[in-house]
Amino acid sequence: MNAASSFALLANATSLPWADVPEWPVADFVRATAAELDRGGRLCAWFGVPEGDATRLVAVVAFDTDNTLAVGRSAPATSSYPSLTVTHPQAHLFEREVWEQHGLTPKGHPWLKPVRSSAGTAPAMGEFFRVDGREVHEVAVGPVHAGIIEPGHFRFQCAGEEVLHLEIALGYQHRGVEAALAGGPHRATMSQMETVSGDTTIAHATAYAMALEALAGTEAPLRAQWLRAVALELERLANHVGDLGALANDVAFLPTASACGKIRGDFLNLTALLCGNRFGRGLVRPGGCRFDLDPERSAQLLARLQTALTDSEQAATWLFDAASVRARFENTGTVTPQQAAALGLVGPAARSCGLVRDVRYDHPAGWYRFAQAPLAVWPDGDVYARTRVRWLEIQRSGKFLLEQLAAAPEGEIRDATLAQPAPDTIAVALTEGWRGEVCHVGLTDGAGCFRRYKITDPSFHNWVGLALALRNQAISDFPICNKSFNLSYCGFDL
Amino acid sequence: MMSFLEIVLRVAGWLVLAPLLPGIINKVKAWVAGRRGPPVLQLYYDLGRLWQKGVVLSTLASPGFIAGPAVTWVAIFGAAMLLPLGPAGAALSFRGDVLLLIYLLALARFCTTWAALETGSAFEGMGAAREVSYAVLSEAALITAVLTLSVHTGSVTLATMLEPAAGAGAALLGAGLFCVLLAENCRVPFDDPNTHLELTMIHEAMILDHSGPPLAAILHGAAMKLLFFALLLIEAVVPVGTLSPFAAAATLAASVLAVTVAVGLVESLLARLAFRRVPLLLTTAFLLCLFALLVAWKGGAA
Repeated sequence: MNAASSFALLANATSLPWADVPEWPVADFVRATAAELDRGGRLCAWFGVPEGDATRLVAVVAFDTDNTLAVGRSAPATSSYPSLTVTHPQAHLFEREVWEQHGLTPKGHPWLKPVRSSAGTAPAMGEFFRVDGREVHEVAVGPVHAGIIEPGHFRFQCAGEEVLHLEIALGYQHRGVEAALAGGPHRATMSQMETVSGDTTIAHATAYAMALEALAGTEAPLRAQWLRAVALELERLANHVGDLGALANDVAFLPTASACGKIRGDFLNLTALLCGNRFGRGLVRPGGCRFDLDPERSAQLLARLQTALTDSEQAATWLFDAASVRARFENTGTVTPQQAAALGLVGPAARSCGLVRDVRYDHPAGWYRFAQAPLAVWPDGDVYARTRVRWLEIQRSGKFLLEQLAAAPEGEIRDATLAQPAPDTIAVALTEGWRGEVCHVGLTDGAGCFRRYKITDPSFHNWVGLALALRNQAISDFPICNKSFNLSYCGFDL
Repeated sequence: MMSFLEIVLRVAGWLVLAPLLPGIINKVKAWVAGRRGPPVLQLYYDLGRLWQKGVVLSTLASPGFIAGPAVTWVAIFGAAMLLPLGPAGAALSFRGDVLLLIYLLALARFCTTWAALETGSAFEGMGAAREVSYAVLSEAALITAVLTLSVHTGSVTLATMLEPAAGAGAALLGAGLFCVLLAENCRVPFDDPNTHLELTMIHEAMILDHSGPPLAAILHGAAMKLLFFALLLIEAVVPVGTLSPFAAAATLAASVLAVTVAVGLVESLLARLAFRRVPLLLTTAFLLCLFALLVAWKGGAA
């Protein structure tokens, strides 16, 4: 298929001169993107680059089976263009975002409304999809929730206990991250990257560092890449274990709920052992890492990791052995593989629908070129499958870490002389965060500063998957469906 | 007729001892989970705190919003007064008092749901709808259980009905009533008293908007209801009425503790049921009571 590909190809964590990205008039560009997607591509990012009063559209498409990425762009366009969503639903939120950010209207988009903010003011509530009927009632949840979670609004259309439709309105945590990055990298940029989504610090920080290294035409020292991989897997372990506990808690299954809260803390403390911060802040920097793992702490890390993994095994056994838990998880919140593929779901949410899609495997960069954990896939697409995939990933990431800690590469951890980003260059960096694919696209201007920096958190792809999982489900099952996805609000809101 | 002192002791016993039960349940749950858990007396502290607080009132709610919890508390207290305590008998006993007892429990439920609907909130409407839907089944089981005792003893007076326990069908009746106890008191696997998730609540959803003293009345009423069902279960299974006063008191105390610990263990080791499966378990409880009725009718009292 690559012979037919009209987009410019590049590998993960590499860059390309902006001039080498093929360009089409906007209508042809939409058709070319559609053709790339039809060839088996998957939309990683779709965003606008302002040029005078007009806007160029840029598409980043991933060909997972060919381990390659493809980039294309449109000529500057104003006012409108034919919508890609009509034929490829995975573009729906990207097109709404471009419309919101640049005022470029996708003609024929079935549900065009703001994504995050409305004219720079409050989050977009707007019109919600409504189901009419005497028996239908509407339930509004949030943005203030009963638990200590992030703000988001959920609007259910229900017939009795059954949910006919769920619409999710976010944007309450919009901080203007992308706008703040323009003209960078600034002094604050690295810290901003680490807080795009706090529980995904390592994945976002690594993606940013790789993008900057690609723009500089280099890569981090091997030992730094190894450290990043170790930290990324620790992040995955902590969050997945926390999710198992949260899922158990939502069905009032206390043994696992109580144990996992503690074990999650154990994993977070391992990251703290690595760099002094439980969420891995301050570890990853462009050009390498700031903290090394000396042999003594490495041995301690290994011992504590083994204990935490044993504890996880026990907690997961309780969960999966309980018939009452299985009864709640199985056949609840099912997403079909067709839906998942059409919507472009990523991460555990996609892998639990039987889709084989994992950046560590499909687009290996950094240390994952040399060492990989086996993919965790489960076919059913329900809450049970999403729980199971998490447990499989805990086991495999744990094994991966045990192997890696036993055979660490030697060398420097930071390249102090990282070159300035090349001018007029586009770099794409993907990492597999614990929620799924984190995509960073950096485009520099003539001076080597960011002309546009696009971040796509996995949650951006997956929120609509949650909405679909709720179709024809009991509204009382919403919490476990929600926890089984456990998506980021701030990573979406940016 | 009872002495004044005995009445005072009985009332004080119900009022003071009832909030102990949720505390014990929480302690058992904490113990199983390896946590320290809240103090056993936590509910007393909560009640004291709530009693001193003000009330947040919706401008749209009618006086029913406040009257509901008050009537509910009085109804449950009335039911408690009708329940005989072994050889000590009931505070009030007359022929047919069992019918009043059933209706007082129904009145309590009606008033809770009425107060919930007063708020006009989607959550409370959902909670009320769930409460009355499942009540249809749990009340059927409860009425069958009472009928069993009635047939067994040939009486409609609680004091007589509960004196000899259910005889041959006691195990069936005990299992059925335990399910009813869990359902009526919103315990796992029917409801989760600890959840913060409005969409999954039954009883908790109905009281989301209550605050201050009305909430205290609701919480205290719920604790009395739990004690009431625990005592009813015990007296239906164990012939407490035939024991000496001292032995009866010890048996009741030990049994209430056993039931409370059992509730705590169920909550520790079992996940909640999906709502669509709740009717199945309640129907099972009804059938258990029905078979106990058959035993009492055909096999028991000759």
